[in-house]
Amino acid sequence: MKTPSPSIFRPDGGVDQSALKEHKALIEEIDRRKILRGAVSLGALTMLTGCNVTHTDAVQSVLKRISQFNDKVQELLFRPNHLAPTFSESQVVKPPRFNAYYDIEDIAPVNVASWKLELAGKIKDKRSWTAQQIYALPEQEWIVRHVCVEGWDYIGQWSGVNLREFLERIGADLTAKYVSFKCADDYYGSIDMATALHPQTILATKYAKEPITDPFGFPLRLRTATKLGFKNPKWITEIEVTNEYRGGYWEDRGFNWFSGI
Amino acid sequence: MTDITINSTDRHPRRLHPLALRIMHWINALAMIILIGSGWEIYNDEVIFGWLHFPHWMTIGGGPEGALQWHFAAMWLLMINGLCYLAYGLATGRFRRKLFPIWPRELIATVRDALRFKLAHDDITHYNPVQKLLYVGVILIIVVQVLSGLAVWKPVQFSELASLFYSFQGSRLVHFIGMALIVGFLVVHVALALLVPKTIGAMLTGGPEVDDGTDTRRELRRWP
Repeated sequence: MKTPSPSIFRPDGGVDQSALKEHKALIEEIDRRKILRGAVSLGALTMLTGCNVTHTDAVQSVLKRISQFNDKVQELLFRPNHLAPTFSESQVVKPPRFNAYYDIEDIAPVNVASWKLELAGKIKDKRSWTAQQIYALPEQEWIVRHVCVEGWDYIGQWSGVNLREFLERIGADLTAKYVSFKCADDYYGSIDMATALHPQTILATKYAKEPITDPFGFPLRLRTATKLGFKNPKWITEIEVTNEYRGGYWEDRGFNWFSGI
Repeated sequence: MTDITINSTDRHPRRLHPLALRIMHWINALAMIILIGSGWEIYNDEVIFGWLHFPHWMTIGGGPEGALQWHFAAMWLLMINGLCYLAYGLATGRFRRKLFPIWPRELIATVRDALRFKLAHDDITHYNPVQKLLYVGVILIIVVQVLSGLAVWKPVQFSELASLFYSFQGSRLVHFIGMALIVGFLVVHVALALLVPKTIGAMLTGGPEVDDGTDTRRELRRWP
């Protein structure tokens, strides 16, 4: 027990502590009730998470910062040379499953005659590419799992030019942070350079050995085995190599940017 | 000046639930509520069972993107807190003292007593075998839940772990079943706590003092 500080309101002989001692149980009881009441209020507060607490700006900004922290964690977890599991041709789902920010009836097919792949940013040879030129590049094929952020998955068989090989061919700065994509349907997205250089990341032109059909990104789409589906832009019209963070269509609407699997 | 002292303030009595344990319990409760509520919203985006959708009012996040943000934030809270809890339980010997041994004979006797409404609740400092089994069970389920969650999150980076759950949908199903078991535990746990309210008080204030070899400091000293 601390010695009480001198006070004119306190008797010279000190406070009679016996009263406190006698009613110790009662005092503790009161204290407990307060704690219990506080805890119940806290419990009630958590019940409100669905409507009020979760939508304040402060909470949103904390969640956003944690999502950015999770980007960093996923960058560390990423194994550059670890291959995603591959599957046999008999497991391939045909046709692949469609998903976009609109319905399949609303897709606007790309006119391949006028289509061009533009290059921008930290790239030495920025000449644009026609579909013919792209389709003439050496191909590789991967039969890998496509995982959607929604929770579904399927096995797909994709072929096209390896993105690392393509970036090397055009003299891209492979030490840049991001590879960013623009698409014919105003979709856009960006990935980290490590994922761009992964052996199973390709610019896909074919599905199950046939040219990709319109709903799935004809004439050119990204296909990486180490990211969620929405990180694989379709109908690509521009590739930019950059150190600027470009976000993405879904990422700018609250989905995690790295979204590695 | 006075030299009168109150004994109890000098003695630092050991409570049934030490402060560190109480803090970890309530952090875990908060993390669990967020993970379950946001998990339901994520599940709704691609249901496993066509007949099961979780009503929007009982989910957290307001949509899949918000729910994912909550889920992957509370994940850290659960994992870090859970690791502290496991380390604490092992290092202080609390697991060994409170949760073991569980004898099948006593377990059956307790179930029989419970069915006859003859279960004693006077002493909350000792868990009966059914409680022990439930607590050990839910701890193991949460460990598996973290593993299946990591397999859903990173089926490629953790492909070795993910292969234990057969496929991506296998991991999702195990993660769903784990949630269902944890919710089942929660229902029983909260219902029984409400039936014997002093257990809730004990988890808030520490509960009765215990001297029967439950002094964690003594246990720590025995640790090499």
